Amino acid sequence: MKICISSTVDSINGLADGRFGRCPFYAIYDDETKEYEFVENEGAKAAQGAGIKAAQIVVDNGVDVVITGSLGPNAIRVLQAGNIKIYKMLGDKVKEQVGYYNEGKLISIDKPGASHMGIGK
Amino acid sequence: MQIAVLSGKGGTGKTTVSTNLAKLINVRYIDCDVEEPNGFIFLKPQDIKSKEVSIPVPYVDEDKCIHCKKCVDICQFNALVHTDRVILFEKLCHGCGACRAVCPTMAIVEKDRPIGKIETGYSDDMECLSGTLNVTEPMAGPIISKLKGMIDDKTTIIDCSPGSSCNVVKPLLGVDYAILVTEPTEFGLHDLKIAVELVRKMKIPFGVIINRMSQEDNATSKYCKDDNINIIGTIPFDRDIAVMYSKGELLIKDEKYKKMFTDIMSNIEEAIGCSL
Amino acid sequence: MQLVIISGKGGTGKTTIAASFAYLSENSIKCDCDVDASNLHIVLGGEDIKSEAYIGAKVAHVDGDKCTLCRACEDMCRYDAIKDGVVDELKCEGCAACTVVCDYDAIKMKDEVTGDTIITKTSKGILSRAQMIVGAEGSGKLVTDVRKNALSYGSKDDMYILDGTPGVGCAVMASVTGCDIALIIVEPSQSGLNDFKRVLSVVEFFEIKPLVCINKYDINEEVTKDISAYCEAKNIDLIGKIPFDTTVEKSINELKPIVLYENSMAAKEIKNIWKKLNDYTK
Repeated sequence: MKICISSTVDSINGLADGRFGRCPFYAIYDDETKEYEFVENEGAKAAQGAGIKAAQIVVDNGVDVVITGSLGPNAIRVLQAGNIKIYKMLGDKVKEQVGYYNEGKLISIDKPGASHMGIGK
Repeated sequence: MQIAVLSGKGGTGKTTVSTNLAKLINVRYIDCDVEEPNGFIFLKPQDIKSKEVSIPVPYVDEDKCIHCKKCVDICQFNALVHTDRVILFEKLCHGCGACRAVCPTMAIVEKDRPIGKIETGYSDDMECLSGTLNVTEPMAGPIISKLKGMIDDKTTIIDCSPGSSCNVVKPLLGVDYAILVTEPTEFGLHDLKIAVELVRKMKIPFGVIINRMSQEDNATSKYCKDDNINIIGTIPFDRDIAVMYSKGELLIKDEKYKKMFTDIMSNIEEAIGCSL
Repeated sequence: MQLVIISGKGGTGKTTIAASFAYLSENSIKCDCDVDASNLHIVLGGEDIKSEAYIGAKVAHVDGDKCTLCRACEDMCRYDAIKDGVVDELKCEGCAACTVVCDYDAIKMKDEVTGDTIITKTSKGILSRAQMIVGAEGSGKLVTDVRKNALSYGSKDDMYILDGTPGVGCAVMASVTGCDIALIIVEPSQSGLNDFKRVLSVVEFFEIKPLVCINKYDINEEVTKDISAYCEAKNIDLIGKIPFDTTVEKSINELKPIVLYENSMAAKEIKNIWKKLNDYTK
């Protein structure tokens, strides 16, 4: 299983990023190897559809769980289509999140914050 | 002959100038301010016919799709994603056709998606056109392009949207003369300079109308004189005008304002060297 | 707390009111989202402390050495932006469809700088704004960047005052999304009423609380009544009616916010509106 955390820097000691679509990096934890890999979020630079592009990157990396702060409806739609579960981060460090997840402390997210391109409703 | 009416700033009187001028010389009027079109309020055209405006958006035939993701990669607008199938985000799609062109198996066909409408009608025997973008649609461009495509050789007055972005550039393409409407305030002057830069960049001959003028000497008039910009008319700062406007009435119903617009028309004719 | 000031119609007095609020709230962070024609900095003054080039678009570039003038790109382009192997930058949508059909690898997409994002330090706090290159595209994204820059100077709990864009399109949506309150400035005219209804549906779509004030309400008391009735029917709070006041024009030309003019009737009402607004933001 792979767990993806939106991150402000490419280090597990750094702060997790509350923004899914426009965070600079994703920390991807593989629970088999117990290792983190960092992937740059190309979506952050997108002129439009940042959340969609970001979600595509996460999907392409074979992720099962996303831990982040908030995301727009477009990103949620993509992640849900890819059968990826979404949880709200706790505290602030990247490296703390997997522990919280394993302890069942994280609340799942299924509703977006408003987005200006949402098809929703 | 195409004459565009624009202004960097909103609310300076573009619609007032374009509707009154079009009615005075009895030529076609086109409202290209598709986000907030108001020209019809003043011209009150009859027999309005409405046509939907659509853009072509991709539709993927699952049977033919080989999941190569080329369509996702080519889309510059991030309108396509691929999970176990291709998903389209309609509102991000510009209808450019790149995905269809890049698909190796011809799995993409296009369907029309409505984004707004174009209305045509007649105010007496004067042709009036207006585009309206559906609310919460982001892209005005296709409607403006369609409106522009409906212009033939007949003289046309084009009412543009405020600002200086691509939605103002589109109606200006191929225009013979531009009227920049401004007001004699610091805000007006700041935004007028932006509009001047735009028409100069596009090499369109232009003149300025100063609306809500209260004193002869103001920074805007001075700027125009210093920069050799032709002031083709002024509209006084006058409560009667504001009241007529607020009721949705044309100013040329009143003789003194009719004369004002007749003078503006003469100045435009002089500037372009032919009669309208 | 993010408050955005919008109107649908242009020229209804957004900036006049935003500049006043900026003065009345010492510690707020200001955002000028009218990236096409920003005016807030004219009133607030101050000095620019940061400026960054903004890449807002991609444009196709044809390599003349590789181009065989086969015109496949011309046939493909739906925006009529390529002719005889030359790209018209004003028409190019940046879609890259031309690169797909070119068999000679002659077309590349290149980033284009379409403006600058600027941070201005004013006597009343930070102002985040932008300046677009005329005729450029991508104003919605630019608005998003302007707002993001503003957020980096404050925290979630700060007050943000956003001067919005006219219209109802992409830039307006980018201005209002995620805000807490949208103050809609309506002018009592047929056009104003029309545009108010359109911009209100944008605000409702994003589930933002709308509040309404009528500017120059005494220009047309009839339409003012219509607007009041409409708000009542839709259960929207009408929190002020600003009278027509020639001091406003004077204040713009003296580059001072109207609320600094003691005897101005408009200023008095704007101060009232500001007071009422604060009840909503508590």
